[in-house]
Amino acid sequence: MEKIIIIGAGPAGISAALYAARGNMDPLVIYNGIGDLEKAEKIENYYGLERPLSGAELFERGIAQAKALGVRFLEAQVLGIGGFDTFTVKTTEGDIDTESVILATGGKRSAPKIPGIREFEGRGVSYCAVCDAFFYRGKEVAVLGNSDFALHEAEELKNVTPSVTIYTDGKEPEFSREHPIAVNTMKIQAIEGGDRVSGLRLESETAAQGEGEAQPSFYPAEGVFVAMGTAGSTEIARQMGAELTEKGNIKVNEDMETTIPGLFAAGDCTGGLLQVAKAVYEGCAAGISAGKYVRRRRKSS
Amino acid sequence: MEMTITTQNFEEEVLRSEKPVLVDFWATWCGPCMRQAPIVEELAGEGYSVGKVDVDQEPALAQKFQVMSIPTLIIFKDGKEAKRLVGLTAKDTLKALMDE
Repeated sequence: MEKIIIIGAGPAGISAALYAARGNMDPLVIYNGIGDLEKAEKIENYYGLERPLSGAELFERGIAQAKALGVRFLEAQVLGIGGFDTFTVKTTEGDIDTESVILATGGKRSAPKIPGIREFEGRGVSYCAVCDAFFYRGKEVAVLGNSDFALHEAEELKNVTPSVTIYTDGKEPEFSREHPIAVNTMKIQAIEGGDRVSGLRLESETAAQGEGEAQPSFYPAEGVFVAMGTAGSTEIARQMGAELTEKGNIKVNEDMETTIPGLFAAGDCTGGLLQVAKAVYEGCAAGISAGKYVRRRRKSS
Repeated sequence: MEMTITTQNFEEEVLRSEKPVLVDFWATWCGPCMRQAPIVEELAGEGYSVGKVDVDQEPALAQKFQVMSIPTLIIFKDGKEAKRLVGLTAKDTLKALMDE
């Protein structure tokens, strides 16, 4: 059982790791690539930077600094987090149990701009296979996405219905392993239905190849589960049942704790200024708070 | 205390209620539902009428109201659905809608 798992290795995640490590909490950082910092060509407005640094360089330095303090790293995608009193972090490299979690994977990605997604939320469009699979027993369902996150959701659904198809919306499938689930890579035009979802309208294959105006084709589905890209902090928090703010960011208190005890969040995923300085502060606070949480929990049990 | 709503008592406890009733559709295997539970419990403690529908036990009620995602919270006023919220919903939001 880990004490603290930190998801994300940007300014918030690394700061959390530094403070957790110095508090003898031996944290494990799980990360999957660099994130939004990569887009920052030059960072000039951060304390102590006499010369500008690129986001990529800052990222590398952060990891090197944490490694020098003995922080452990695991490169993997997080697929979801289960558990109740303690947590089980499900990753592409296996499941890991932990007493606390700090979410620091960066900001939320905008929801895919497919017409119908918002309109049909709760009426066929879902963001949580574990929660809603029950309503689709034996029915035709679609999962939107192209990575292991989508595959994980599709497999949850396979437990209740044989008819599961993954729609990648024109993106290349990026599954890390073989699987028996049907995949359709055509672009999605819209999610359609009346009272509730009835299916997906896809661009026809000939149109995709630029051969004139072929009719779009309709694929029936009663449920559409959205799992685009990799699972970010807000997606994970939402599935776990942590409260989000009206803007869709993760709600935290001043200790950076979410509405779920033992689950913390820091950096862009909590909203506010999208700045390294803010992420560093929040990571620091989350690292200290998670340490306190673990010590308190051990004392009381 | 929240009421356990079933097909048998739905009409009496929800539709014929003089006060607005908040009905929480939930299930034991749904993480967000378990987080919603203490919130509606607190509202019940403050005197609001709160009912809970376990969708495993009462699939007919879930189907009747086309609940396809849980937690779903429906506020009934004067025997009619007045407001529906899908997904974990904060106490203040629910309170404001019940007070409307």
